[in-house]
Amino acid sequence: MEYFTEVRWSPYVVGIGIGVLSWFSFFFSKKPITCSTTFARASGLLERLLRGPQVEQRPYYQKIKLTWGWQGMLVTGIVPGALLSALLSGDFRWQWVPDLWASAFGVSPLLRVVVALLGGIILGFGARWSDGCTSGHGISGTLQLAVSSWISTVSFFVGGILAAQIIFKVIGWE
Amino acid sequence: MMTEKTKTNVPTDRSPLWMGLIVGVVFGFLLQKGGATKYDVIIGQLLLNDFTVVKIMLSAIVTGMLGIHAMKALGWIELAIKPGSLGMNIVGGLIFGVGFAVLGYCPGTIAGAVGNGSLDALVGGLVGIVIGSGLFAALYPKLKSGILAKGDFGELTFPKFFKVNDWIVVIPVVALIVLLLFWMESAGL
Repeated sequence: MEYFTEVRWSPYVVGIGIGVLSWFSFFFSKKPITCSTTFARASGLLERLLRGPQVEQRPYYQKIKLTWGWQGMLVTGIVPGALLSALLSGDFRWQWVPDLWASAFGVSPLLRVVVALLGGIILGFGARWSDGCTSGHGISGTLQLAVSSWISTVSFFVGGILAAQIIFKVIGWE
Repeated sequence: MMTEKTKTNVPTDRSPLWMGLIVGVVFGFLLQKGGATKYDVIIGQLLLNDFTVVKIMLSAIVTGMLGIHAMKALGWIELAIKPGSLGMNIVGGLIFGVGFAVLGYCPGTIAGAVGNGSLDALVGGLVGIVIGSGLFAALYPKLKSGILAKGDFGELTFPKFFKVNDWIVVIPVVALIVLLLFWMESAGL
């Protein structure tokens, strides 16, 4: 049991664990591990609350269906799963500003939250555009040898590495 | 009135929801143990200082690929391939990448970051992803037959593309990834 209280596991143990989890997911639920469509459903469901059922008529929501569903439960489950792991190892802490961010941009929670909001908008938009994220394309799609997923995953990292260099080496002060 | 078109192509959700929840809990637990629920680890990867994220992903891909293709060969499962196009996957992927670097989490790890106590993820990032996804849904009709359709290749896999047996691709890809991981370790990455 001691292993479960360790803060970090080897990335290979974690990766193999996720790979095995994907077998179970495929075998028992006929589904790959994917996350990002849930955020589009959340958006549609919230808008439906505010504006009524005509929101469902949007072609994109017709395509993905506005129900929380299996994938919504998966994304929901990630929160207590990560919480449990963090609590077992004493690694849980409330934090507004990550250390690496603070080293380049200071400790203002407001600045960090505004940038996170902006980053989230770009990320959510891009995830829908490419029809997947680091889980759906990056792990589940690549392991099935899907052409769409390999192209997307390479693009995620090309865009991400370039943007991170600009953010931390050009814009970052300190 | 003929309603022949009630049979849609959308796969119906028959798997129990609690199974999705369990997969999510285990996934979240593993992501946190790997450090992937942390901004510093994800940005460390994009700055090429910390290769944790790539090591997790590549070992998950190798493990998953072997098991999934073995189960497919046994007829136990079917693949679930996302259709794609160059306009979708390159352009969308690059936009996603920029968001990934600005936010420092992705749609799966952000849920884990929330469980880890990251308030920038909860208050900023999560709200942003929901807004960005909604924005795309609003623009979808305009993009659908334009850029998203450019260079369309449908539900394509590499074995299908090369017209070979799955294992002709699986084995070399697994070997290459394992070699790459050994090289990364020996290079001290």
